[in-house]
Amino acid sequence: MSLGARRLKFIFWRCLHAVPVVFAIVVVNFLLLQLMEGDAVDALAGEAASATPEYMEQLREKFGLDQPLHVQLFVYVKNIVMLDLGYSFRHEMGVMDLIMTRFWPTLLLMLSTLVIAISSGIALGLLGAMGLNTWRDTAISILALVSYATPLFWVGLMLILLFSVRLGWLPTSGMETIGAFHEGWTRVVDIARHMIMPVTALSLFYMALFTRLMRASMLEQTGMDYVTTARAKGLTERRITWRHILRNALLPVVTMGGVQVANMLGGSIIIESVFAWPGMGLLAFEALFSRDLNLLLGIFLFAAVLVVVVNLLIDVIYTFVDPRIDVS
Amino acid sequence: MNVYEFWHRYRRNRSAVIGLAILVCVLLMAIVAQIIFPGSPFALVGKPMTPPSLQFLLGTDTLGRDVLAGILHGSRTSLVIGLIATLVSVSVGTVVGGLAGYYGGRIDDALMRLTEFFQTIPNFLFAIVLVAIMTPSIESIVIAIAVVTWPAVARLVRGEFMALRNREFIQACTCIGMSDLRILVLHILPNCLAPIIVIGSLMVATAILVESGLSFLGLGDPNVMSWGYLVGAGRTVLRTAWWVCTFPGIAILLTVLGINLVGEGLNDALNPRLREP
Repeated sequence: MSLGARRLKFIFWRCLHAVPVVFAIVVVNFLLLQLMEGDAVDALAGEAASATPEYMEQLREKFGLDQPLHVQLFVYVKNIVMLDLGYSFRHEMGVMDLIMTRFWPTLLLMLSTLVIAISSGIALGLLGAMGLNTWRDTAISILALVSYATPLFWVGLMLILLFSVRLGWLPTSGMETIGAFHEGWTRVVDIARHMIMPVTALSLFYMALFTRLMRASMLEQTGMDYVTTARAKGLTERRITWRHILRNALLPVVTMGGVQVANMLGGSIIIESVFAWPGMGLLAFEALFSRDLNLLLGIFLFAAVLVVVVNLLIDVIYTFVDPRIDVS
Repeated sequence: MNVYEFWHRYRRNRSAVIGLAILVCVLLMAIVAQIIFPGSPFALVGKPMTPPSLQFLLGTDTLGRDVLAGILHGSRTSLVIGLIATLVSVSVGTVVGGLAGYYGGRIDDALMRLTEFFQTIPNFLFAIVLVAIMTPSIESIVIAIAVVTWPAVARLVRGEFMALRNREFIQACTCIGMSDLRILVLHILPNCLAPIIVIGSLMVATAILVESGLSFLGLGDPNVMSWGYLVGAGRTVLRTAWWVCTFPGIAILLTVLGINLVGEGLNDALNPRLREP
């Protein structure tokens, strides 16, 4: 079989493996919904403020809530396959539509954070490992240690305090200036200005993580036999570091980058609620605040499936990046 | 390794000693909280939003509660939740990882699938959902943190148990007819306590960060004072009363930093590979 065909087969199998995981996530979500106090009808009755018990029974029958558990699970799974995550009475909108309108800002925030955190983490880790135990290494290590211990929401608030309240350089919240109706480039610049602080706040923690990982990975590779070989060949230290060690040291960092996407989704809830960034995280915060648990669980399900898809993509990309991985 | 020898080794790592000093300070804060500020930290003691002064060293918050009292009492919440959540998480992780690593085969497959599944789910979001559904309380926060952190322990313990199960001294135990339980608990577990202690100590820091994040979002136990709650309550007055958010945040930062440093120090002191002959 040719490499291309083998790769296709690998991708197919990998996708097939993801199916039970997604199904398990759906089941967990369903069980969490069951654990919730009160059901959709109670929530609806609470919204309407006036509902007779008879009417509520009628509604339960209509929604199938009087059916046995496994039938309800079946209906639930069916709905999700049809991309129907229920309805948010608070927002008067379908949960899936609501999530889709809030998905792009979060994606923008996370991609920028990922790029900035990984690139600066790699750069700092490299600098630290190259100047091992010099003042530069120490300074970078301290920066990483402190950033690693700082709560996200606090960094966000301190940035606002410094750059918006004291200096007045950057806007405190939102994604665009409200009522300005910028278009074209001015709009891009406006969004970029709003992005600086949220991305910085979210990046700091992950930058620290990647810095430490990169430094450790560089040091580990330095002791390998191939480095001794390269040195014996008479290559300059510079060339050994850049052409030989760096490439191998990058792999664990890239892997970690994929793993961290799941955690970053959690961090984005905090950052988005601090900066009122209109993404999925803020939507989750609003859902929490208004006790719209159906919406919260919808976001949870969406995020979990998103992580599965990202992991899948990374595995597929890996077969292209690292030829040692056996696709068969 | 006796205590003296351990301390000798631990002491060589300067930053670990600094970390320990910070941690001791936080412990002292938790101990003296009730002595210096008897009564509830929720009590209104002064004018709202008084800036830091001699009377209120760190100022008062939006309702006139003493921020310093809140921070001292909050240290108890953070430490208690951090420790208990870690204990639960490490116990669950050790049992799951130990069984998977020792028995291997189908049991390993099943348990590792479960572990990977829990690792796939976005951690913090899962914790939020769990606390929101169980209604916020110390118990629900502890459960939520344990549920999202045990997989890391399980993976580590599984690796250690796998490496040890084929060693000669374990085979000898099997030969003399020792029960599995006895082998697992009395012979394998003591040999991988060092990495478990290290991951556990680092996990306390994670747990404190998660707890502060939850209570910042309004998912803290409403009956106890916590650092995240203080920051969350103060964020609306960030413009006029910067001290309400700033100081509790510094408390979280220093505590987590201290615990991380101690964890790394323990790693250096306990790691057999770094031991001198």
